[in-house]
Amino acid sequence: MDINKNNDEYIIIVGCGRLGSHLANLLSKARKSVVVIDKDEKAFNRLSDDFSGFTIEADAIEIETLKKAKIDKADVIAATTNDDNTNIMIAQIAKTIYGVPKVIARLFEPSREKVYEELEVETICPTTLSAIEFKSIILKEEGK
Amino acid sequence: MNIIIVGGGKKIHFLTKSFISKGYNVTIVNDDYEYCKKLDKMHDANIVYGDGTKPYILEDAGIAYCHMIIALTPKDPDNLVICQIAERMYFVKKTFSIVNDPENIEIFKKLGIDTVISTSDIISALIEQRVTIDDINNLVPIEEGKISIMEVEVNSENPVTGQFLSEIKLPEDSIVGCIIRGSSAVIPRGNTKILEDDKLIILSLPEIQSEVLKVIRGKVD
Repeated sequence: MDINKNNDEYIIIVGCGRLGSHLANLLSKARKSVVVIDKDEKAFNRLSDDFSGFTIEADAIEIETLKKAKIDKADVIAATTNDDNTNIMIAQIAKTIYGVPKVIARLFEPSREKVYEELEVETICPTTLSAIEFKSIILKEEGK
Repeated sequence: MNIIIVGGGKKIHFLTKSFISKGYNVTIVNDDYEYCKKLDKMHDANIVYGDGTKPYILEDAGIAYCHMIIALTPKDPDNLVICQIAERMYFVKKTFSIVNDPENIEIFKKLGIDTVISTSDIISALIEQRVTIDDINNLVPIEEGKISIMEVEVNSENPVTGQFLSEIKLPEDSIVGCIIRGSSAVIPRGNTKILEDDKLIILSLPEIQSEVLKVIRGKVD
């Protein structure tokens, strides 16, 4: 990753929901090359006006879509659709078949996490993150 | 043998019936409550209601003692995850998955699923192979269509009738494996003569099938 710490980093975001669009806006603001994929055109309305990346309206489960997004050239792929299994499948295609260096998938269901640890796919589980945050706030207040 | 089937649809009824008649233990996992009740009435199988892509639901279905898992859901990512959880977390020996998009066959195999079946692919291959020729029977694609067996009946008009097998210039990658003559089967050698009304059983790669037919029948149609 160190070689690519410049602005040439090419990032594909799959899913333009609340998380995907927000992430795309942030990365675009940080001047990264971003491509966002979503099967619903309306989802792209969530992107901010100054979003400078590209959008692809297609189903990312179809391999053609990922090829169109130049997955073989991507430095990072973030799978943020609202379906865990779709995210997992995209992450594995990216990692195992195309050798994308950094692959991150959002998973709602924490029980599947350990299966994917060994695949070197980074997972982010909002449920676990929120629980930790809640816990730290509660315990802090108790400590007062 | 303990088998877990995840999913639903027509295929599940047929598979369950056939497995149960062979004496296997079948557990079906489905996430539609009403459908589960219906399955329970129809089959002598264990029914588990829940999302089969979650490890704890599969545990309820007895995945720890399961020899084979079949993923039949209409969503390809779900099928992939079911098979991977079974393989990685519970060391299930055999995993089968249906894919709806034929492009996913290669992907699933690369990601470690034993057997990947695409119904649309098989059906389209069968239809393609049957073409319009009516004296060819029993086309069987083997290994997902990598090789096919066909049966061709020869008549007096065909150029090969009366020839020795060694005289027939069949294309490479094809062979006459057997000749059905009347009610008996002949395993052919180079000195076997092809007679009228013989049925030739031909093994070939699917892509040269039409070439083989051209040689046997002397025409293309």
